[in-house]
Amino acid sequence: MTIIKSNINIKSADFAGNAAAMQAQVDDLKTTLAEIAQGGGAKACERHISRGKLLPRERVQGLLDPGSPFLELSALAAHDVYGEDVPAAGIITGVGRISGQECVIVANDATVKGGSYYPLTVKKHLRAQAIAAENNLPCVYLVDSGGANLPRQDEVFPDREHFGRIFFNQANMSARNIPQIAAVMGSCTAGGAYVPAMADESIIVKEQGTIFLAGPPLVKAATGEVVTAEELGGADVHCRTSGVADHYANNDHHALDMARKAIARLNRVKLVNGDLKDAVEPLYDAREIYGVVPADSRKSYDVREIIARTVDGSDFDEFKALYGTTLVCGFARIFGYPVGIVANNGILFGESAQKGAHFIELCAQRKIPLVFLQNITGFMVGKQYENDGIAKHGAKMVTAVATANVPKFTILIGGSFGAGNYGMCGRAYDPRFMFMWPNARISVMGGEQAAGVLAQVTRDKYERDGKEWSATDEAEFKQPIVDNYEHQGHPYYASARLWDDGVIDPADTRMVLGLAISASHNRVIEETKFGVFRM
Amino acid sequence: MFTKILIANRGEIACRIIKTARSLGVATVAVYSDADQHALHVKMADESVHIGSSPSNESYLVIEKVIQAALETGAEAIHPGYGFLSENADFCRQCAANNLVFIGPPIEAIAAMGSKSAAKTIMADAGVPLVPGYHGDDQNPDIIKQSANKMGYPVLLKAAAGGGGKGMRAVYSETEFDEALGAAKREAINSFNDDIMLVEKYLLKPRHVEIQVFCDSHKNAVYLFERDCSVQRRHQKVIEEAPAPGITEALRQRMGEAAIKAAAAINYEGAGTVEFLVDTQGEFFFMEMNTRLQVEHPVTEMITGQDLVEWQLRVAAGETLPCSQDQLNISGHAFEARIYAEDPDQDFLPATGVLKQLQTPLENTCVRVDTGVVEGDEVSIYYDPMIAKLVVWDTDRERALQRLAKALSEYRIGGLTTNIGFLYNLATSRAFQDGDIDTGYIEAHEQEIFRQRDADIDYAAPLAAAAILEQREHKAIEAAKRSSEPNSPWHLNNSWGLPQPRLKVQIQQAVVDLTVDSMVSVDGLTVASTDTGFDLFTRNGFFHCTEMQPDFGTGNEGVDGGNLNAPMNGTLVAVLVDTGAEVNKGDTLLVMEAMKMEHTIIAPSGGSVTEFYFQAGDLVDGGSELLAFEATSP
Repeated sequence: MTIIKSNINIKSADFAGNAAAMQAQVDDLKTTLAEIAQGGGAKACERHISRGKLLPRERVQGLLDPGSPFLELSALAAHDVYGEDVPAAGIITGVGRISGQECVIVANDATVKGGSYYPLTVKKHLRAQAIAAENNLPCVYLVDSGGANLPRQDEVFPDREHFGRIFFNQANMSARNIPQIAAVMGSCTAGGAYVPAMADESIIVKEQGTIFLAGPPLVKAATGEVVTAEELGGADVHCRTSGVADHYANNDHHALDMARKAIARLNRVKLVNGDLKDAVEPLYDAREIYGVVPADSRKSYDVREIIARTVDGSDFDEFKALYGTTLVCGFARIFGYPVGIVANNGILFGESAQKGAHFIELCAQRKIPLVFLQNITGFMVGKQYENDGIAKHGAKMVTAVATANVPKFTILIGGSFGAGNYGMCGRAYDPRFMFMWPNARISVMGGEQAAGVLAQVTRDKYERDGKEWSATDEAEFKQPIVDNYEHQGHPYYASARLWDDGVIDPADTRMVLGLAISASHNRVIEETKFGVFRM
Repeated sequence: MFTKILIANRGEIACRIIKTARSLGVATVAVYSDADQHALHVKMADESVHIGSSPSNESYLVIEKVIQAALETGAEAIHPGYGFLSENADFCRQCAANNLVFIGPPIEAIAAMGSKSAAKTIMADAGVPLVPGYHGDDQNPDIIKQSANKMGYPVLLKAAAGGGGKGMRAVYSETEFDEALGAAKREAINSFNDDIMLVEKYLLKPRHVEIQVFCDSHKNAVYLFERDCSVQRRHQKVIEEAPAPGITEALRQRMGEAAIKAAAAINYEGAGTVEFLVDTQGEFFFMEMNTRLQVEHPVTEMITGQDLVEWQLRVAAGETLPCSQDQLNISGHAFEARIYAEDPDQDFLPATGVLKQLQTPLENTCVRVDTGVVEGDEVSIYYDPMIAKLVVWDTDRERALQRLAKALSEYRIGGLTTNIGFLYNLATSRAFQDGDIDTGYIEAHEQEIFRQRDADIDYAAPLAAAAILEQREHKAIEAAKRSSEPNSPWHLNNSWGLPQPRLKVQIQQAVVDLTVDSMVSVDGLTVASTDTGFDLFTRNGFFHCTEMQPDFGTGNEGVDGGNLNAPMNGTLVAVLVDTGAEVNKGDTLLVMEAMKMEHTIIAPSGGSVTEFYFQAGDLVDGGSELLAFEATSP
């Protein structure tokens, strides 16, 4: 028991300034998410409802156990990407509880471009499936989609991580007894028809759901046959004649109830082994995080203030507290689950990287999930450090992170730049879940640094040519680079492209981690075999 | 004192009598019908005798069988309870003829009070006040009018042959009289072909106040004060109390003495009740005398500290009354609520079924439950569907009433519909709390009592939502406890990450759409789960609530079979169509009778009955399939 004593003065002007800055970013996030939650807009929603269908978010809520939480994923997907509004990329995904079992839910939003698959829709669908596969979570697909977005077929259809992968995943998850349940609540055309067809059990709604490889227009064009959608692939056809669907639902509510029952009879029991304790709230208010994080990202602060507002009872047993102090490592609990926390508290040095690698080994050995709180400008540079082998020390930490076979969770709480991103379990290192705070920035290096590097290269060229480069010209050269880095490093830009699983309110960090950690325990933690550590 | 008595009754009153007999060291014999083979009164008695099949006219009402049982078991006396044979002069004679003591008044007293009109004549002669009236043969309008003037307005004109309100007129002043009489006479002629009219004083907001009297065979008589039984529905008492609110000491004494006068007029012995109507001016008028122990006798026991059954046994054994008038005092206030298996929302249709759950409030010196059933017993079609009498006492009326409401909210009865919510609403309704009651109380306050006003629903809606959330919370906690990770945030019940849940709740008859967005205080709220939802006992009344499930629609599969099952236990009265005959949708196939109500079973579609599983006269259990129906293809 080591309680973190907070040294923050919540009455200070600094605190108030920081809090106001973060509040503005959180408000903007909430406004943006609220707009996205409106789906395809009032008109499209009205048309949807007038057909007797529930809106996709109502479907999700109706599917879940009443009152239980929902961990929505990638709500910002496709935000400001296509030059047209595709809210949430036209698909709602998340982890939620159905009949007491945590499941991944994938629900098409037909109010957004008919639920058609944009490239990022595919990416989001695949990411949800990856979460299901990694965490051993049953999948429920609420299908209501016209299929691939035809104008963008080259970015949707042919590649490895494109549309076809959805069904590959379904087959392989089914093979691993990760149940696949589909409810067809609208169109389900062409490739999409394979979602229910590949499902373990499928449900279809009377007079709403249709499943066919080719819709009436294509059939007419191909063979001249004139047929209605209902005759071609309605609920009666598939439940009575074709056998493509298994359960006949009278309406959306009925279909959701059937899906809940399908999950209830899976004969799955989640057994969590290990040392669990009661969940205890932190001693400090999570909202104080707003005032802890400096409004100016270049200012440093003690990351233990964040840990104190995230872990159970603000209780944190630090490892090697006096060594490699720019990386804070230690044991704590979140909602009673033991976790190892790895948090940046400055730039990474050789010592901090070695300490990190050691700590990750401990957690892997003990099967304790890892939480990375990432706020890193990179590894230390310079002659002394290169000569001391910072690259091999960094490599040790990267090896440990890459091969540790425990669930890993990454929160970008500040900067995520360069190799620091790798050592701190960035997207490429397959954290089970990864979220960003609205103040976070992600890029290969900081905008200023990148502009500086490029300016230096340019200045060298000018000098080689014996030309002058005025300070004004240099500033004009650098500004667009800085601006571009700022634009592309913004969490919305990152989240829109599925570089993370969502942007969250920092005050929700504990809840999000708790839900994610619990969900990860649906899969038993296996032994770790580390790679070769360069000594 | 007797050594052994037979109790010619069943249910709570039989149990009640056995308790007192036991405390006096008197052995008891119970009698029972087929339906009551395992009833509580049979278990409680020292001996029991089977006296016939379930219908009471084949068992509890058969004098010879009861007498036979007493003779066989060597009982010296018979306590008739109330109802059944309790006011049957024939039965008294048979008792006497067989040397059995009838625990009740002398035969002559029963006979004298048996005829209501004769009873009134006796009372008038004895100087007991009657409702003033003119019942004369002289139908001269002036004579009738003079008598009306003499008794004072308002008066009620009634057709002597009347009924159903025909030929009846309330007259509020002399100036209206002639016209009203003419109209009433015309109506009477048209309706009954007889225009003989009578006039009675029309009592405004009359109250039903009755005096408990007791007399012994040694010419001693006392009154044990009054009970107010004004709150009635269709002449059935609902909540009784003692003492009557607002009755002055002087009026109490006058009524008590009048009641003793009435008892003396017929040489009464034992427990008797003299019923009066009391008007708003505090005048009282004799209605009738009940020559038995009343259902509501416990409220008198609670305020006097006396055991009236013990008094009955002592008097019947020839002892003198245990107390004299000046030894009797009123202490505090008592209420009795009659808990019935019935549906107040369906015009009090009696309910039958098994008491799947029966949990009474904790009994103590202030709370008493008189009942004859236990969990698992059946409320059958054969007898009165009263489940229990809930009796409470406290130092004053307000506190006693609070206690009544609380005890009602603690009563849990599952498996059939009861009037508990209705009783709770009565106990918490404003005018009742103020003691402003009369015999028309329930009709006058229907909207309030049934909590059907918009304001009631607005009040209850957030409470219902809070109750649902609390129920979910409770379930979530239970589920968490059973899981391998009770600490998981997935067990939380806060809809985190989602919009606040929308709830569709039926509250009484209203269906309300709710969004839960604020915490509502549930202080002073009792929530009881039921088969069909949950009951809310609030400071402002009772509400039955059901969380509405989403509409799952109807499919294309199969033909809708309709309900061809018996709606409740009852008797099949008539089969109206022949097997195999073509019928149209909606045609009546057969008629059942249950609880004195007819129920028809109709054809769910065009088709024919292929087989009837019962015949006319058969007793049918609720839910049984009655017939096989084959629909013609649509």
